[in-house]
Amino acid sequence: MALIEVQQLRKVYRLGDIDLTALENVSVTVERGEFVAVMGPSGSGKSTFMNILGCLDKPTGGRYLLEGIDVGRLDRDELAGIRNKKIGFVFQGFNLLPRTSALENVELPMLYNGLPAGDRYERARAALKNVGLEGREDHHPNQLSGGQQQRVAIARALVNDAPIILADEPTGNLDTKTSAEIMELFTALNDEKHITIILVTHESDIAAFSKRTMRFLDGRIVSDEAVKK
Amino acid sequence: MINIPSTFKISFRALRVNKMRSALTMLGIIIGVGAVIAMVAVGAGASRQIAAQISSMGSNLLIILPGATTAGGVRMGAGTQSTLTMGDAEAIQKECPAVAFVAPTLGGVAQVVSGHLNWSTGVSGTTADMLEVRDWDLTAGRPFTQQDVMSATKVALLGQTVVDSLFGDQDPVGQTIRIKNVPFTVIGVLAPKGQSAQGQDQDDTILIPVTTAQKKLFGTQFPGMVRIIMVKAKSAEDLPAAEKQITELLRQRHRIGQKQDNDFTVRNLTQLMQAREESTKVMTLLLGAIASVSLLVGGIGIMNIMLVSVTERTREIGIRMAIGAKTWDIRLQFIIEAITLSLIGGIIGIFVGVAASLALSSVSGWPTVISPLSILLSFGFSGMVGIFFGFYPAYKASLLNPIDALRYE
Repeated sequence: MALIEVQQLRKVYRLGDIDLTALENVSVTVERGEFVAVMGPSGSGKSTFMNILGCLDKPTGGRYLLEGIDVGRLDRDELAGIRNKKIGFVFQGFNLLPRTSALENVELPMLYNGLPAGDRYERARAALKNVGLEGREDHHPNQLSGGQQQRVAIARALVNDAPIILADEPTGNLDTKTSAEIMELFTALNDEKHITIILVTHESDIAAFSKRTMRFLDGRIVSDEAVKK
Repeated sequence: MINIPSTFKISFRALRVNKMRSALTMLGIIIGVGAVIAMVAVGAGASRQIAAQISSMGSNLLIILPGATTAGGVRMGAGTQSTLTMGDAEAIQKECPAVAFVAPTLGGVAQVVSGHLNWSTGVSGTTADMLEVRDWDLTAGRPFTQQDVMSATKVALLGQTVVDSLFGDQDPVGQTIRIKNVPFTVIGVLAPKGQSAQGQDQDDTILIPVTTAQKKLFGTQFPGMVRIIMVKAKSAEDLPAAEKQITELLRQRHRIGQKQDNDFTVRNLTQLMQAREESTKVMTLLLGAIASVSLLVGGIGIMNIMLVSVTERTREIGIRMAIGAKTWDIRLQFIIEAITLSLIGGIIGIFVGVAASLALSSVSGWPTVISPLSILLSFGFSGMVGIFFGFYPAYKASLLNPIDALRYE
């Protein structure tokens, strides 16, 4: 059973009287441990695709099976549960809670699955150590650099042992050097922990870190091939 | 599954981050709860004072006053004519079935001397039933008896104020006092009753047998005449019947024709006081209701702030939803924030209300009674305000679409 299996996915947005087709007939399979880069120009449907993969949005048509579960049949709260346990999000703008320490930001996903406070603390510390932020537990986001904030976000994505990380332009706000460091972190997570990583990017040198590249254009996948190393 | 302790933690942290705003929002509830408690305390104090006056007066009490004299067409006030007699009192006792006790009184102000001390006080001649009529107990000694009244013995019961003035800490029972130079033996001390509804000191009095008063102290040209007759009805329900029976009996005894006015007045003081007590209760309710309005306004303040907070934190809500917060996680977070605001405000409000009540009674001298019920009620009410006014913002937050919330700038 594939980790992610998408069949004839379709997404139509209704904007007033106009129907806007964001995704059309998208079928794709992602296996455990893959590292996929999703590329394409603005409006090509890659963000819509990521939102559906992340269970933040529901497709208009087609099926999305996550570990064999038909996500389209789940209600709002069941989707929240899937997001909590199966998926870690990393965003371009980091999306950390302001005025909240790094440790507490990382603890956040565990607040929603009933883990005891002691375990939360231990796991959050371990996750921060994992991304190289030992000693920064009490720093607030505004006391951290962009790269460090993105590391906190990655720690938050990892802390519930989610098998998938969905990253939406994770290096979009970072300089080249920091971008490379973040990408190396993703590569390490993929290599060592076999975490499946799907990331959206505009830049081909970022996509080069991945093992497989999908290109979107006008709501369809136009190419899907392994990256030559 | 909702993790309650961590939801509390999330809510408290949000309130801590906006300290000034939280404090100002609470202020509405603090003022509301404080006002309810203080207003109800003032009202309850007033009605307790009246209730105390009613019970000090004696329950189910009727007072019969003689009628007014008419001198050359000028009508004088009630009591200026002496129309009531010992015979009337005895007849009321015998012939009015709704009446339990009758106490005729005759008295006046007299100088009282004991040793080297003297005091001017009201001396009332009455019968042994007076103590029953007025629900009056003795703290020392014995009451005077029917025998004392019949034989006009020179015995006296002293009010606490008289005891304090003439004897200080000494035991007055068995001592001799002189009233208008007539020696009396003190046989008992009346239990303190405090102030009457009119502010008179009810303990500044001496009771002696009515016959003694007539013969030795306040004799008039009409023997057997009394100043007023106090009557205790058998029960509160019997009061109107007693009033009617007494009126009929006295009209008959005084030979008053069909078209003539009474030459006496029957006053139902209990009824009067109860009406006052009722109106005080209404006032308490009104004060409480007005104060509750401020509590309501405080609640609307909470809702206002919570709505602002939800809008401001749309992105935070989006992040929380993305990482797994369920509908009720988000709702509870905001409801708990609202409840926390209102409950902490409520607790501070209780202290403010109690302090205000104490300050009011010490500054203006109003009696205030802080009732635990009003504390409990306003505290509970403030909690309800939190839930009620917190729910809508929380509900609104929980309905946000996570994608839109995440993109919110």
